[in-house]
Amino acid sequence: MLVPLGWLKQYVTWDMPLDDLCDRLTYAGLEVGNVEHVGEEWDRETIWVAEVVSIRQHPDADRLVLVTLNYGADETIEVVTGAPNLHVGDTGQKVVFATVGSRLRDPYADTLQYKTLKKSKIRGVDSSGMVCSEKELGISEEHTGIIILPDDAPVGTPFADYYGDTVLDLDVTPNLARCFSMTGVARDAAALLGTTFHMPNDELLAEGPSIVGQADISIADPDLCPRYSAALIRSVKIGPSPDWMQRHLTLAGMRPINNIVDITNYVMLEMGQPLHAFDMRTVRPDVEGGVPTIIVRRAHEGEQMATLDGNEHTFDQDMLLITDGVGPVGIAGVMGGLDSEVTDDTTDVLLEAASFDFISVRRTSAMLRIPSEAAQRFGRGVDPELTLVTLRRAAELMRLYAAGTVAEGFIDVYPNPPETKVIDLPVSTIKRSLGIDLSAQEIADMLSPLGFGCEVTVRDEPTVLVTVPSFRLDVSIRADLAEEVARIYGYDALPTTLIADEMPRQERNLELETEQNLRNILVGIGLTEVLTYSMTNLESVAKLSPKAAPVDGEGYLRLANPLTREHEYMRQTLMNTSLEVVAKNLRFVDRVAIFEMGHVYLPREGAQLPDEPNLLSIALAGSREERSWLANASPDFDFYDLKGVVEALCQHLGVEDLRFEAAQRATYHPGRAATLSAGGQVLGTLGEVHPLVCRNFDIPDGQAVCLAEIDVAALAAQAQAASRFMPISRMPAVKQDLALVVDESVPADVIQRTIQQVAGPLLVEIVLFDVYRGAQVGAGKKSLAYSLAFQAPNKTLTSDQATRQRNRIVKQLQEQFGAEIRA
Amino acid sequence: MLEELERIKAQAEQELAQATGLGDLEAWRLAYMGKKGAMTTALRSIGSLPAEERPAAGKMGNLVRVALEEAFQARQQALEQEAMNAELASGALDVHLPGRPQSIGHAHLLNETLAQVYEIMGRMGFQVFRSPEIEDDVTNFQMLNIPPHHPARDMWSTFYLTVPGLLLRTHTSPGQIHAMHRYNPEPFRVILPGKTYRYEQVTMRSEQTFHQVEGLAVGKDITMADLKGVLTNFARQMFGQERQLRFRASYFPFTEPGAEADIDCILCGGEGCPVCKYTGWLEILGSGMVHPVVLRNGGYDPEKYTGFAFGMGIERIAMLLYGITDIRYFFSGDVRFLRQFS
Repeated sequence: MLVPLGWLKQYVTWDMPLDDLCDRLTYAGLEVGNVEHVGEEWDRETIWVAEVVSIRQHPDADRLVLVTLNYGADETIEVVTGAPNLHVGDTGQKVVFATVGSRLRDPYADTLQYKTLKKSKIRGVDSSGMVCSEKELGISEEHTGIIILPDDAPVGTPFADYYGDTVLDLDVTPNLARCFSMTGVARDAAALLGTTFHMPNDELLAEGPSIVGQADISIADPDLCPRYSAALIRSVKIGPSPDWMQRHLTLAGMRPINNIVDITNYVMLEMGQPLHAFDMRTVRPDVEGGVPTIIVRRAHEGEQMATLDGNEHTFDQDMLLITDGVGPVGIAGVMGGLDSEVTDDTTDVLLEAASFDFISVRRTSAMLRIPSEAAQRFGRGVDPELTLVTLRRAAELMRLYAAGTVAEGFIDVYPNPPETKVIDLPVSTIKRSLGIDLSAQEIADMLSPLGFGCEVTVRDEPTVLVTVPSFRLDVSIRADLAEEVARIYGYDALPTTLIADEMPRQERNLELETEQNLRNILVGIGLTEVLTYSMTNLESVAKLSPKAAPVDGEGYLRLANPLTREHEYMRQTLMNTSLEVVAKNLRFVDRVAIFEMGHVYLPREGAQLPDEPNLLSIALAGSREERSWLANASPDFDFYDLKGVVEALCQHLGVEDLRFEAAQRATYHPGRAATLSAGGQVLGTLGEVHPLVCRNFDIPDGQAVCLAEIDVAALAAQAQAASRFMPISRMPAVKQDLALVVDESVPADVIQRTIQQVAGPLLVEIVLFDVYRGAQVGAGKKSLAYSLAFQAPNKTLTSDQATRQRNRIVKQLQEQFGAEIRA
Repeated sequence: MLEELERIKAQAEQELAQATGLGDLEAWRLAYMGKKGAMTTALRSIGSLPAEERPAAGKMGNLVRVALEEAFQARQQALEQEAMNAELASGALDVHLPGRPQSIGHAHLLNETLAQVYEIMGRMGFQVFRSPEIEDDVTNFQMLNIPPHHPARDMWSTFYLTVPGLLLRTHTSPGQIHAMHRYNPEPFRVILPGKTYRYEQVTMRSEQTFHQVEGLAVGKDITMADLKGVLTNFARQMFGQERQLRFRASYFPFTEPGAEADIDCILCGGEGCPVCKYTGWLEILGSGMVHPVVLRNGGYDPEKYTGFAFGMGIERIAMLLYGITDIRYFFSGDVRFLRQFS
């Protein structure tokens, strides 16, 4: 909300630098988002409020006049002007006079440019300065005539002091609805600064016949309209509002329209109560020959009305309307109707001040997309006690500035006034919440200036009985009062302590530990972690199959209001986004080795919330080694790089009994993919991505990408606790090589496990160091060569003993797999 | 004989000095010290001298032999040294060439930053507690004292799912409810981290997905002063020991009193710069005492328990700490961004 300080000063005084004022407001939750200095460019030494003393014709130019001005200097000064709104013989107008040397805007430049005023001779007459237009001062684009100030403008005052102002842009949080007005800000400011708050003048001279019998008001739906009050002002003369009011409205961000509308807006900004003026002629009676009638009721489904912004709206039956005897004349709390608005020939005004249910106003304003100033205020809550006060204020202003005759009295329909809230506030509440010791009197002294009624008493302990003023709709419990005390005491003045309460029980978090372990291991191996959005699109998921077969969205969680179609479905795999990230990076770098740990979202039968398992994806593509002078052309990552990463990961985590089985998955190369399992549980899959899938993701043809996806919780479940120490033998190890030929169908890992089983603990190391397929072993066969190391914990093994072990292995392999031993 | 020995010694020494390689050395050894070498032959002939000459010749012969052996060893060592020096000299490497690149991995900056928060808060007894990213309206809003159509709902633009009542959590705060239900009736301190979502256009400064971390302490004797203490402690470890903190009143429906905390600008130290928009202060987190309604919704009696909560955006913290100007990098997957941080 924009708060011109010149306006705010009418209700509160302060005596501190602007920065301190802003700080104090900001600390108390009225955050000053921006400070605008209006009129900063008006030099106080050269631009003055002046009075026209006399005007005479320029001797040599019909369209120019010579103006003699008094601007507070010892002598008057005569300047030349061509302004069409100054005429020979005029006197007494208040104008803005700029002396030689002043800096003004150039009204003829296309862009903002300043010029410095020089002494000049116009058609033979010396002119030391000029009278200014609004455009030259940057107030508006008006440049046909000069600016004429109100009669009470103080001659000899720097124009900046008279017309300039500082405008604070306050960020009003939802709990500060009361501060959506000058008086609301002023009341808080006064309490914060320790100064006095003044309410606006509430005098009213009502000379017309009583409103009673001239209009009729009823509320059909009091649940949405707790109060409706009205005043009647007759014989108004529509015209511009006074200059000071226009000035305030403009600085506060509202456009002046006419005196009646401006007064309603002015009082709204001043007091926070939106008002609405109906042209009395347009408010129809509900019975033949009756008086103009207002009925506040819910709309009929499909009912229509044009609002004063010219837009036609259709209502549903949850929307509250202001109607007359015939049909709608306004949307309650949101905007008035076009047909009942005040126009230039309006003479009688029915003035509404009402209170509406804030939720209803919010909903209506949002659904009809009318974010009016009134709706903004009603949508946050307006004090129902404000109606009569603001009617008095507005009616008096209409009497003064629109020549209206105010009818005596108001119509006030207020079926169920709320009870006044009283909160008992034991002093210990403050201690418990804020950690400070305050006496009941100290607390009362802090709350009273904010408008709270305070009575100090003693119950079980010293207590303040706090009466909550009607405008504090946000205060209903003790904690709310604690905040008020903190705001006045100063958040910064509160002590700073560390929790004295007992340290709660501390526990390990295995899920988090596993995740951090995984991350550390993968980073250690040389992979970079990425994060991607949780939302995806089905076209991207479809690309995971070679032919990009469409994916059925059934079974996916879907956003009702996606920002873009690209991010519409909650992901169920990380694979497609991983491939997107790979493709993107391959455009810039030769080597992509990445992983992501993130949730996927799976609907659960019979449960409201979905399952959110954490998945790990790993993707490798491009050069295995960074390119350098040492390795100009490194081979690309392949399946075994990925498998090596997965094995290292599992080994570090202590996963035992790790198994890989060849697998067919649409995303993978049909012959280069495997499932990963341990302890009988499938943990995930890994493989080289199918070339057509790569192509779907715009990965260059021929570029191999290896991809794995692993369930983190399943993996963690297989991770063993700390390893047991194995004594290290000091005895020498005996190494033996073993080369054998087996059928292609016998998996190498099965052979290795068999060797380990037969040899038992004496076999301390086994390395498969060669795999051969080809003519020497024949079709359908492969040769596997192992290096074996035997070692006993407590004695030196002879080579004979090692050979005996080797022979037992050979025998088993021959019997079980028909292995042939190569020399 | 003595002259003969002298002559052999002089000649041997001269030849030894001329030996330039290990081959020369071996030839010399054979020529003098070998089985048929000159020195061996001369020593052998001493036995055939007259008895009175033998002691002197024997003594002399021994001295010469020892002298030659020592000379040989010295020469051998010198030549070996020379040979090694030559080999080392030829094996010099160009130390200016770059080393062999090692593949270095990088954890995501946001997870690194989160880990830092866990570490600092862990020392004050706050344990990581996770809760779902897909929430219902009740837990994300209503239990947190934000009824439907409440004006405070304007503070969060929400992604809704097509399943009625389900949404993507707009903040980590629903975790407060989950944590209270988990620990009730014990006092506890937790950190609630994770992805959060807002229905907002993605720009340099705003993301539809971002990370928050929230702290919550519930106990029998926890005050706003404790909140200030914990946050000051946290901020100084996170942003530097010299950091100043200021607390301002603010509004969150689930806190009362509510506060925002600013640190003096880490770039300009409070002088004013574009990053702090010339205020000298950077807003880093929202906080407050847990609202009694929220405590009650979590199963804690607000007459007996109090608590505080605070929350911050991890992206914002990382952007401030590392001078990152565009929030979109975090979810870009661009390794050229990610590998800048380790």
